[in-house]
Amino acid sequence: MIDLKAKSACEGLLPIEIGGVKLSEVAPAEMTLIAPYRGKEAALAKAFGGRWPAAGETASVEGGVLVWFGRAQAMLIGTAAPTTLAKFAAVTEQSDAWARVLLEGAGARDVLARLTPLDIRDTAFAVGQTARTELFHMQVSITRVSKDAWQIIGFRSMAGTLVHDLQRAMKGVAARAI
Amino acid sequence: MRIACPLCGERDLREFTYKGAALALAYPSEAASAQEWDDYLHNRDNPAGPTRELWYHGSGCTSWLVVTRNTVTHEILAVELAENAEEASA
Repeated sequence: MIDLKAKSACEGLLPIEIGGVKLSEVAPAEMTLIAPYRGKEAALAKAFGGRWPAAGETASVEGGVLVWFGRAQAMLIGTAAPTTLAKFAAVTEQSDAWARVLLEGAGARDVLARLTPLDIRDTAFAVGQTARTELFHMQVSITRVSKDAWQIIGFRSMAGTLVHDLQRAMKGVAARAI
Repeated sequence: MRIACPLCGERDLREFTYKGAALALAYPSEAASAQEWDDYLHNRDNPAGPTRELWYHGSGCTSWLVVTRNTVTHEILAVELAENAEEASA
């Protein structure tokens, strides 16, 4: 019998800490992509008690959080999606498909600023806001989870690249510190 | 150059990919003549001034957008989701 070893996306790569900025892997959780069918958006929102995230927003729901994940879709993280949602939306279990990391520390924003064209100033990107954007050359989802902490979700198959790009930027920022 | 995505807000050009004239949204009918299909597939105007074109926000929300752009100044005049765009022959 084959004995498969469970490995998280960034196992052996994280955590790292450079210049007071910490990059760590977020504990694996259930992730389900929910994409409402045309005309079913309102019914779907109702299933979540009206807490369906608008573009660029997150919404906490029972047991987890809904992260807006692009046009007409959101990722439910932290809890399983009720099967009844299938009436309103395409529901895809994607827990194993993504690498989820947390970049935190006073200099975390400077690190991100080296990698993404996104406007991440307080005035443009408050706590709880989310965006699909580029990180170096790769499409990711970035969510600001607190004042100095950012959750980045990238493709699991590119986890090594994700960590490498972030690590290089962290080194760069640390090298500029006085 | 920056494009104001209706969903994501103003974003850098590097997040977008250019496709071509928004005319591509205007399918000829099934009964259309070979000449009409030929026009649809191959023949495009090349105006100096405002044009409507398809852009893909691939590194962002993955929406198809109809962008009205002035080909002389590169000024972006309007951006809308392709799903909302009226038949785009303009």
